[in-house]
Amino acid sequence: MTDTLLIGCAAGFSGDRTDAARPVVDTLIRRRQPAVLIFETLAERTLALAQLARRNDPEAGYEPLLAEMLAPVLADCLAHGIRIVGNFGAANPQAAARRVLALARELGTRVPRVAVVSGDDLSDEAHRGLLREALGAAADGLNIASANVYLGAEAIAEALRAGADVVITGRVADPSLTVGPALAHFGWAGDDWDRLARATMAGHLLECGAQVCGGYFADPGLKDVPDLASVGYPIAELDADGGCVIGKAEGTGGCVDEHTVKEQLLYELHDPAAYLTPDVVADITEAWVETVGPDRVRLHGVRGHARPTHLKANVFHAQGWLAEGEISYAGRGAEARARLAGDVLRRRLAECGPLRVDLIGVASVFGDDAGQWLSSQPVGDARDVRLRVALNHADKKQAERLAREVTALYTCGPAGGGGVRTGLRQRLGTVSCLVPRERVSAQLEFIE
Amino acid sequence: MNASTGHTLRVPLQQLAHGRTGDKGNVSNISVIAWHAALYPLLEAQVTEEAVARQFSHRRPRRVTRHLLPRLQAMNFVLEGVLDGGVNDALNLDSHGKALAFLLLDIEIDVPAELASLLRQPT
Repeated sequence: MTDTLLIGCAAGFSGDRTDAARPVVDTLIRRRQPAVLIFETLAERTLALAQLARRNDPEAGYEPLLAEMLAPVLADCLAHGIRIVGNFGAANPQAAARRVLALARELGTRVPRVAVVSGDDLSDEAHRGLLREALGAAADGLNIASANVYLGAEAIAEALRAGADVVITGRVADPSLTVGPALAHFGWAGDDWDRLARATMAGHLLECGAQVCGGYFADPGLKDVPDLASVGYPIAELDADGGCVIGKAEGTGGCVDEHTVKEQLLYELHDPAAYLTPDVVADITEAWVETVGPDRVRLHGVRGHARPTHLKANVFHAQGWLAEGEISYAGRGAEARARLAGDVLRRRLAECGPLRVDLIGVASVFGDDAGQWLSSQPVGDARDVRLRVALNHADKKQAERLAREVTALYTCGPAGGGGVRTGLRQRLGTVSCLVPRERVSAQLEFIE
Repeated sequence: MNASTGHTLRVPLQQLAHGRTGDKGNVSNISVIAWHAALYPLLEAQVTEEAVARQFSHRRPRRVTRHLLPRLQAMNFVLEGVLDGGVNDALNLDSHGKALAFLLLDIEIDVPAELASLLRQPT
């Protein structure tokens, strides 16, 4: 029998469905092959928000749904040797590890060996010099909320080789959640670029969860997806050369076909000849896909090149306020009344800087902030329109004026406006930089 | 309804291809994937960098780059500077630009009548 590693993915973003893991784990158990369950819960901004949460509470700052995601499957994973790897440690992987140990006690399982991979956090004083070098003058005056470098697969692999049942990371490259287990299982050399690249693209297909299984794909009449409400999560079958077949959990909805795989393969990818990760530079210019069974697609032709000398880091910083407000108009003349309300707000808020105006139901998505698109649309006779306005301001007091002006439309605006909602939230800006690989070190520890 | 001129049909790109948007900072990438291998040459010929830049002109792209993936019968467009600063700065409700694939898929394409049977018709 050929050596195959199964990797199931049960989350593609922070807050993903907590019932996703169960069918994946059931399928992994039935297959009776070496298996790993991964959770990807760390979009770029998620980590910055987690860092802010940790400042308020030293035991916070990891995935808020961690226990809900793991509770349905932790006991079975431990009983069947299915290892768990997730970046759900976010800004506080040590606290996440303590939560997993507590959960195991609550569930009455054996005590899991929980490993933490850290070293991605560059927000402390010790790394100010490094950030200053990497960012140059852009670093000056930033009110830094978080700074994290993308780590690779090596420390994850080391943790698994050392016997970890659960590996908890902060910021690692999403595909490294897959490459780490593959490295540990197959024992590839660290410069086996083709194999690393193939596993990387398998990880890329997995990392958004349901998005390769018909999630985010359906377009009724053109792209129909069966039973979307119970869309399944993916399982990759990796071979010793890093090649993969993508499938999904048994008994779930959705579909895996050549089209769903191609869409996810190109998702958030720029140059297909150079998909950069800390582990390898993957090249899919000669890649192709092949249906090998129902809901099973093989990816071929991925090549690899030497990994980058530098690692990407994201720095988030406090950056002013986003103010938004909405009000609805309906019936005859609704569009004209909504447009008039927009004009009133533009005048009343002229000193607060550029105001974005949307007519939801007419034009609110494709348009640009400057309003070029909206002004190019012919004035129509829409009968159910929601006006939305938004502005950015460095000063909270100025941003608050938007909510007051939208609310004032009740008595001072056009006839029949209703359903005012307003919101104000702090914005996080981001700058990216490259740091030399040798200036960063991943740390591995086991939490008791 | 397809406007027919002689032996050519003019249809929205959506009938020849599907796609998905991704974002990184102020850069949007949009895949265009042929429904059928025989339709792919039409995409290469007509869904050019210029055609896409024109479709997104109101968002003032700094640069539009097309990457060809003939073995996948697919193309990947990288549109720089089209997200009003991206998810941290844009005032758009859809600050990621998730919907933008559907703006691209609205480009009109001339299709020879003999390929009409390969088009995806909305049902």
